[in-house]
Amino acid sequence: MASQQHRVGDTPWIRRTLIASALILTMLMLVIPLVVIFAQALSSGWATFAENIGNEYTLHAIGLTLFVAALTVPLNLVFGTSLAWLVTRFRFPGRKLLITLIDIPFAVSPVVAGLLYLLLYGRNGWVGSWLTEYDIQLMFSWPGIVMVTVFVTCPFVARELIPLMQQQGTEEEEAGVVLGASGWRIFRRITLPNIKWALIYGVVLTNARAVGEFGAVSVVSGNIRGQTNTLPLHVELLYQDYNIVGAFASASLLAAIAILTLVAKAFVEWRQSRPEHPAPEKGGV
Amino acid sequence: MSTTANVSAASGRRFAGRSKRVLPGFGLSLGISLFFVSLVLLLPLTGLVLETSGMSWDQFWFTVTDPRVVESYKVTLLTAFAASIFNGLFGLLLAWVLVRYDFPGKRLVDAVVDLPFALPTAVAGITLVTLFSESGWYGQLLSAVGIEVAFTPVGIVIAMAFTSIPFVVRTVQPVLEELSPADEEAAVSLGATDGRVFRKVIFPSLWPAMVTGVALSFTRSLGEFGAIIFIAGNTPYVSEVTSLMIFMRLQEYDYAAASAIASLVLLVSLVLLFSINLWQGRYLRRLEGH
Amino acid sequence: MSITIDQISKNFDGFQALDEVSLDIPEGKLTALLGPSGSGKTTLLRIIAGLESSDGGRILFGDEDVSQLHVRDRNIGFVFQHYALFKHLTVAENIAFGLESLPRKQRPSKTEIQRRVDELLDMIQLPDVAKRYPTQLSGGQKQRVALARALATRPRILLLDEPFGALDAKVRKDLRRWLRALHDEFHFTSVFVTHDQEEALELSDQVVVMSQGQVEQVNEPASLYARPESRFVFDFLGQVNTLSGAVRGQKLSQADAWVSLPGIQAEGEAQLYLRPHEVQLDRSPASHAKLPLRIESISLIGSEVRIELTPEGWQSNEIWEVGMSHSEFARQNPARGERWYAIPDVGHLFLAGANHPRSVNWQYPSGISASNQ
Repeated sequence: MASQQHRVGDTPWIRRTLIASALILTMLMLVIPLVVIFAQALSSGWATFAENIGNEYTLHAIGLTLFVAALTVPLNLVFGTSLAWLVTRFRFPGRKLLITLIDIPFAVSPVVAGLLYLLLYGRNGWVGSWLTEYDIQLMFSWPGIVMVTVFVTCPFVARELIPLMQQQGTEEEEAGVVLGASGWRIFRRITLPNIKWALIYGVVLTNARAVGEFGAVSVVSGNIRGQTNTLPLHVELLYQDYNIVGAFASASLLAAIAILTLVAKAFVEWRQSRPEHPAPEKGGV
Repeated sequence: MSTTANVSAASGRRFAGRSKRVLPGFGLSLGISLFFVSLVLLLPLTGLVLETSGMSWDQFWFTVTDPRVVESYKVTLLTAFAASIFNGLFGLLLAWVLVRYDFPGKRLVDAVVDLPFALPTAVAGITLVTLFSESGWYGQLLSAVGIEVAFTPVGIVIAMAFTSIPFVVRTVQPVLEELSPADEEAAVSLGATDGRVFRKVIFPSLWPAMVTGVALSFTRSLGEFGAIIFIAGNTPYVSEVTSLMIFMRLQEYDYAAASAIASLVLLVSLVLLFSINLWQGRYLRRLEGH
Repeated sequence: MSITIDQISKNFDGFQALDEVSLDIPEGKLTALLGPSGSGKTTLLRIIAGLESSDGGRILFGDEDVSQLHVRDRNIGFVFQHYALFKHLTVAENIAFGLESLPRKQRPSKTEIQRRVDELLDMIQLPDVAKRYPTQLSGGQKQRVALARALATRPRILLLDEPFGALDAKVRKDLRRWLRALHDEFHFTSVFVTHDQEEALELSDQVVVMSQGQVEQVNEPASLYARPESRFVFDFLGQVNTLSGAVRGQKLSQADAWVSLPGIQAEGEAQLYLRPHEVQLDRSPASHAKLPLRIESISLIGSEVRIELTPEGWQSNEIWEVGMSHSEFARQNPARGERWYAIPDVGHLFLAGANHPRSVNWQYPSGISASNQ
């Protein structure tokens, strides 16, 4: 704390300038846009807002969106956990390639992602044409939406778990094996408590993205109002219809989920930073 | 130590081969992972390959060099470049302020940085266009000084910048946190100015992370769609991005043309992805190898 | 339960960690695997445990070949270097973990498990920590809990990987004595890995010195120190003074220094190794050796005076060290900068190309032996 200690950027006017510019830019780029969403949604009063949300098509879009997320999240939870276990607990040829491969959805444009699925499972695709013979249509209906959503969100859980599990190492699990525990018991009693928070955050992120995916879904959905319209697509549709307040009413629901995601992240980080079991008080026990 | 019955050893489970893995679940996790990666990530690529290989080289070339499409490449590359440079600077500023200083509202800023990842892109799109349109809060001010943002390439830059703000912050932040104060203090005690210490001591440790962040931001911007289409105005030859070109070809049911352009975009994205991974691997090894 | 290691080899990406190692570990004894890092000692321990698989060779527990047996089924206790306590389980739950993992038929009842845990907590002298979590324990306490956890299922064999490596000097000494006492009471077959020679010599019944994936020497601690069988063991265990030179006419000489070698007929390059306690100092050379040295420093701390010297008129790679009793020191009163002569009593001669030393005894010249054992 000595006044001698000096680090770069500690000069008061530099510090104040930097903090002020960061705050102003954050306000302009992030906070005000968030405020605008709710301001617009409520610009015609609460009654209109409730009416907009209560609209038949909006309710259907909410239902479909939740349904898609409810299918996507468990699938990617299983996949992400398996993959993280695989690449952090074993060495095998192709391990690095696998880690790179799961980043593909981060790099690929959502429109291209949608296109990939459309080409394969659409009526003319080699899988799609075969499925058509059995009267199964995946594209332009909810299964297609789920499929592209799974694609787009599959890295999140694995990405949260891999660095953490890498850093925690395998000693605890090895100790479990030496003590004769079964695989399931090791995972449940030893690994899971160690990765719980990262896993929760991975799920929250997967959910946020599953609920909000737009580009990929809009390619495979067909945008049929009341049928294959997810909430983000519904926002677009209302906006194109010049129903700005209605669009923002639906958007505000999605923004609320985004805010909950940020809160969840802050909470998880706070949990991870504090010791799980604080030292006992002196003289206790 | 010798009261209860001795635990019998060797329940008789034996292995087939020699190189056995100690921890359980290799087969299961490998099975699930490979099945998933093949089915979800790799199989869909075959559709694109088939569709594109069905075209002749001339057809392919004609499609991907259509003047309007070529113009969209230029727009996309330039705006993505501008957006990632902006994010490089803004990200560095935010990371620096968050790591080095304490100020009221710091935790809120730290939390809200991730908003672009959490907020659906369509929502970001309609929000930005509302703010920047002539009647919007920002648009009014900007048009007073004669700057048009909505429905111009500048709007595209803003949308791209917004959606990729977190990349640079989150790659630079941990590196800044790890930086040892001793090096800095040594340099300062030798009489170096702040600017010089930043350039000679701090920046050399930061730039690999910054490059990674900017590259991630650039890759993301190249593919961005939802946030852009609302604010871009989508004027042919002026403010159409390549993702939109693919989308439009699809709306016209011209799958072949969409595939041709998409295969080019996909190639660029994958090359970028692998380069970033290689670069990170090298740079991380260097970090660990001391 | 004795352990037989039969021609075990292990290769990691082109690095030969173990090269056809064979070794017998006697039942009920405490054996130390001692060596520098990279010598393969930890790999060998993990192969015995079944945590690592070998590329070739066999591991036998008693008469049973366990090479193909999963670690889960080997019924060993393993204490990890960094304890590997389960962070999210209490001390009691940690200790009970192995018992609760037993197949239902062999699993003791809840109350029986409870009783065992209490018993083990008493054994490790920590009866009050049952409800605590590992992060609330000190390093020494964690190590004891790790040991209790390993012993809970009454393993046939106890394996410890650098058990005291992460502890500070004082705690390390206490735990060492405690572990020795525990072992003397229960006599389980134990193997522990260490790079600390003092720890190995003090704690174990048998020391296995390893280097570069091979066993250098196996002995009881006392014999190991008195009769090292290779240059490596000499260098690795304690201080050693060396004279390199040429042997001719039963005499090893280098420049101004020489030592007579009664009975040695060979000729050529050779090194003489001398332990600090095998050398005395005098103001004049002896009839059997002339080793002029200058005193560099004198350390009076400890039960013996330690004197460091550098050769005068000849060369040695390292500084010489000679011990002197305090009474002798008071009588002789050596001072820094003076020239003294080293008078060897016993020495160990490595002839060029030989892996094993030949002993030379000047005190009792008849006692020249061919080699150790």
